[in-house]
Amino acid sequence: MSLTHDDVIYVARLARLKFDSRELDRYVEQLSGILDHIDKISELDLSEIEPTSHVLKLSNVFRDDEVRPCLSQDEVLANAPEVEEGAFKVPPILEAEEPEA
Amino acid sequence: MAAGTAYEPVIGLEIHVELSTKSKMFCGCEARFGGIPNTRTCPVCSAQPGALPVINREAIRHIARIALALDCRIAPGSIFHRKNYFYPDLPKGYQISQYDMPFAVEGHLDVTMDGEQHRVGIERVHQEEDTGKNIHAGESGRIAGAIYSLIDFNRCGIPLVEIVTKPDIHSPQVARSFLNKLKNTLQYLDVSDCNMEEGSLRCDANVSVRPAGSDLLGVKTELKNMNSFKHLEKGLAKEIERQIGLLEAGRPVVQQTVHYEVASGEVHPMRSKEYAHDYRYFPEPDLSPLEISQDFVDDVRTGMPELPSVRAARYVTELNLPEYDAEVLTSNRDTSDFFDETLNYFDDQKMLSNWVMGDLGAYLNASGKKLSIETVSPGQADQLCWLSPAGFGEFLAMIKDGEIAAASGKAVLPEMCETGKTAREIVEEKGLAQISDTARIEALIDRVIEANPEQREQYKSGKKQVLGYFVGQVMKESGGRANPRTVNEILREKL
Ligand SMILES: [Zn+2]
Repeated sequence: MSLTHDDVIYVARLARLKFDSRELDRYVEQLSGILDHIDKISELDLSEIEPTSHVLKLSNVFRDDEVRPCLSQDEVLANAPEVEEGAFKVPPILEAEEPEA
Repeated sequence: MAAGTAYEPVIGLEIHVELSTKSKMFCGCEARFGGIPNTRTCPVCSAQPGALPVINREAIRHIARIALALDCRIAPGSIFHRKNYFYPDLPKGYQISQYDMPFAVEGHLDVTMDGEQHRVGIERVHQEEDTGKNIHAGESGRIAGAIYSLIDFNRCGIPLVEIVTKPDIHSPQVARSFLNKLKNTLQYLDVSDCNMEEGSLRCDANVSVRPAGSDLLGVKTELKNMNSFKHLEKGLAKEIERQIGLLEAGRPVVQQTVHYEVASGEVHPMRSKEYAHDYRYFPEPDLSPLEISQDFVDDVRTGMPELPSVRAARYVTELNLPEYDAEVLTSNRDTSDFFDETLNYFDDQKMLSNWVMGDLGAYLNASGKKLSIETVSPGQADQLCWLSPAGFGEFLAMIKDGEIAAASGKAVLPEMCETGKTAREIVEEKGLAQISDTARIEALIDRVIEANPEQREQYKSGKKQVLGYFVGQVMKESGGRANPRTVNEILREKL
């Protein structure tokens, strides 16, 4: 298996997910399986093949610069747990950085 | 490092520019600053499940113009990536941006300071989207100590272009001058209104210092939150001073974010938390790649406006203006367009340049208003100056033809700007018309000669320089309105 428990805990934390230990075991196994599959692809000689970012052969799908109707303020705020002055009210933001003491 | 070592700062800038398209980057919501919170959102920019983004063609034309103006190489193929992080102003949980295949790379912009040219390399130019806006509520109003935050998504999804320079800048003054030149260029391109106070132009800086003459790069910090040209220069100077202080005390510079506090002008190093910068970029599956053809690039190039440096060169070669004039006139697009347009009505370009840089420039600085070549409507009058190119041309022609004395013109021009009246109307109202009527001037001269018999004798006895005194007296009597040439001629005869 190519992933450790610590790897999965790290990724889960980035995604703000919390698992119990049974779930963790399961995800270590499943995610490792995905990586093992990719390792298998790596065994092939792909030096002649362009890296694929998208599966469809499409490019330059554009729209014209035209203004379309928006949601009303009530609609966009309808599912907000808390609202103040027409804005989403959220807990204080915990910064990734804080001033040094 | 020993005290007394000379240090050289090494600065690279990261500039974010909000594009002035009508609609947002990936949806049809109006892209405009401010307004009632959360009234310009839709399922796409508020991240409702299943909503799909579509690229705004005009935004791609805008970024292509920027790339060309900065002499960049536009990538034939580029793709969008998701930059994943959690922050309440980012409803999707990721920002659509570009990563290892940016829109354009390897350009430059030259700035001239004190007669010396500095070439600043452009590392990359890429397309992304803006985030929503936070209002941090609480006692301090700062993030730290806020009780809660309010989120407005009107700005979320407005097209944003990031421009990253190479670390080619070696003083806060050149950094400021570069940003100024970049802003001016973007305004010529008509791609952004570049308002630093409203945040449509934002600038962060990577800063390090090293012993002068060294090729090595020191440890860099990322300086944030300078919201004006002045603060960019001040913040950089402070941070450079802080880093040199550390090195001289034998302490290391730590790679970290440094926050500039506008109110105090101080810089505060921030402690990075674990996990802070793992963005887990991956290709945005909902957007097709961009393939930029040579035809597209040529088409954008054909539609490019004349850039400030090209225009300045034209002023020198075609209009015979001094380089100084060309530089000053083109340092602001509105002023330069106005100058060009006025040339259709008045053909003495040096006199025009003098008035634009002199009295008109002084009026604009004092009033904070801008020039426009379009007809100004009453609703715009608090921001735009009433003066029209045709009206300005007529005014200058009246001075040149001797209908208004230059001295009176100094009073007429601000009033034209304030009220929109024509020079002729103001001159009539105030009785400022220059007196060229020989009979009236003769009468004035007779009075002055009679009042100064002593000087008259001096003149007669050969002291010809007394003539200047008489001219001065006559001009004074006329309230500055007598035509000086006529006065001179008649005085010589009479004396
Ligand atoms: Zn939208």
